Amino acid sequence: MKALVAIKRVVDYNIQVRVKADGSDVDIDGVKMGVNPFDENAIEEAIRLKEKGIVTEIVAVTIGTATHQDVLRHALAMGVDRATLVETQDSLAPLAVAKVLKSIVEREQPSLILLGKQAIDDDAGQTGQMLAALLKLPQATFASEITIADQQATVVREVDGGTQTLSVPLPAVITADLRLNDPRYVKLPNLMMARKKPIETIALDSLNLSLTHSVKQLSVAAPPERPAGIMVKDVNELLSKLRTHQGIIA
Amino acid sequence: MRTLIIAEHDGQHLNEQVARAVTAAQQWQQPVDVLIAAAHTDALAAQAAALQGVSSVLVATDASLQHATAEHLADLVVTVAANYRVILAAHSAFSKNVLPRVAALLDVNMLSDVLEIVNQNTYVRGIYAGNVLATVQSTDATQVLTVRGSKFAAAANGNAAGTQTLSVPAAAEGSRWVAEAFNKSERPPLAAAKVVVSGGRALGSADAFAEVLAPLADKLHAAIGASRAAVDAGYAPNDLQVGQTGVVVAPELYIAVGISGAIQHAYGMKDSKVVVAINQDPEAQIFKIADYGLVADLFEAVPQLTAAL
Repeated sequence: MKALVAIKRVVDYNIQVRVKADGSDVDIDGVKMGVNPFDENAIEEAIRLKEKGIVTEIVAVTIGTATHQDVLRHALAMGVDRATLVETQDSLAPLAVAKVLKSIVEREQPSLILLGKQAIDDDAGQTGQMLAALLKLPQATFASEITIADQQATVVREVDGGTQTLSVPLPAVITADLRLNDPRYVKLPNLMMARKKPIETIALDSLNLSLTHSVKQLSVAAPPERPAGIMVKDVNELLSKLRTHQGIIA
Repeated sequence: MRTLIIAEHDGQHLNEQVARAVTAAQQWQQPVDVLIAAAHTDALAAQAAALQGVSSVLVATDASLQHATAEHLADLVVTVAANYRVILAAHSAFSKNVLPRVAALLDVNMLSDVLEIVNQNTYVRGIYAGNVLATVQSTDATQVLTVRGSKFAAAANGNAAGTQTLSVPAAAEGSRWVAEAFNKSERPPLAAAKVVVSGGRALGSADAFAEVLAPLADKLHAAIGASRAAVDAGYAPNDLQVGQTGVVVAPELYIAVGISGAIQHAYGMKDSKVVVAINQDPEAQIFKIADYGLVADLFEAVPQLTAAL
């Protein structure tokens, strides 16, 4: 069975982004980029399913400029077999991303489509569900455990207050939560070998999709800072400070 | 045109966030309907009809809606979507699962976790783990969004809205619900608690997590939360995780015990009214967002605090 993993190149999760002086956008010039962490869980899961003999081929796909090949190389170094870059200068909203991924799914015909549950830059958390809708396929979001047997995936999902287990017929779209697995580190030899693996580039325009840009970012701002707090010397001082706030402690 | 709220519930009780979504929905100054989809709807519909600001309750009753899948719920919402300019829900695992699917079926974009409704098509939402606030405008004919419940007051009771019965589309062959496991707790739910006591990796073990934090939480009638590091280390179940990938809380009082305060954690708690941080490391990031910081050994300070309350 073939697995398709969709990944996004985002600002490294350790970096606190800044807002441009004119408030037009975030300033990510020269900032360290990497694979969206949740997407890395999706890659890892596909590789583990291949190691178990369930998945036979893994294709990774990302959307962006030629520089976005670095996240595909990372996926190849982890153990993905092939990679596709859908090349565009535009940044796409989740619905447009889902439409692009749909056409890749139609070309590749995977039985399993894996993505991270959200991207840590726009924090939208929509692409997987939208893709499943467009493909009229079942979805299992926020997966922390995936078991596959007889063309069925049994997925444990993280929901508010606990977990839910679904049985999902394949093909299906599954989105990964952080606790699905611990992604492996990429070793240098693998990175060297990954340079030899193929990356196919498809121009977005050649897919003939009608992508609307219905959501515009008007401005960005830093959130209001919390006023500086004070350090207390002991528990007694802490209690007397807390008692100055109406009714928060009895 | 009208506004539709997709109501979350546990089969018997409306989620307390629904009342907050009703308040958010008033921003469009058009009639607000609430959709109840369940196997048994009488009690749920009555609770929704009682909320001030609700015009009408749409009731979809069918055995297939017990543990409804996202696929089934989205198909149901689409059957009535043409009557609505706005479709919204409070941001939660439930709505994050269903609403993007609804939006894609309607061929529109969606705005997740909206913090502020500026006007009928313009919103403020957090990006980069809430470190940046983006003002975004959607020109879509149907505005589909989730709102952060804690940013909106809960609508009061005392209303008696009418109900309309919906016909339920056949459930597609597809996903099947198998099981669910909710961590039973006598404590208030994390997302709705007035006080939250949260623990980090510094607690060192699951036993310590319970022994140190539970007595304090008992005294304060608090929910217990955890940092991702504590959850990953196995000290607390994952549904207690506060942060970008867990629950976002905004209690009156948040007590962070042995938590370093990574940006992903701050995202989940920086709207708390008063933040207390107890940590042995004076350089811990958490002190930057705390109203009151105490550099101390948590194994001494927390029992002292508990005893003094």
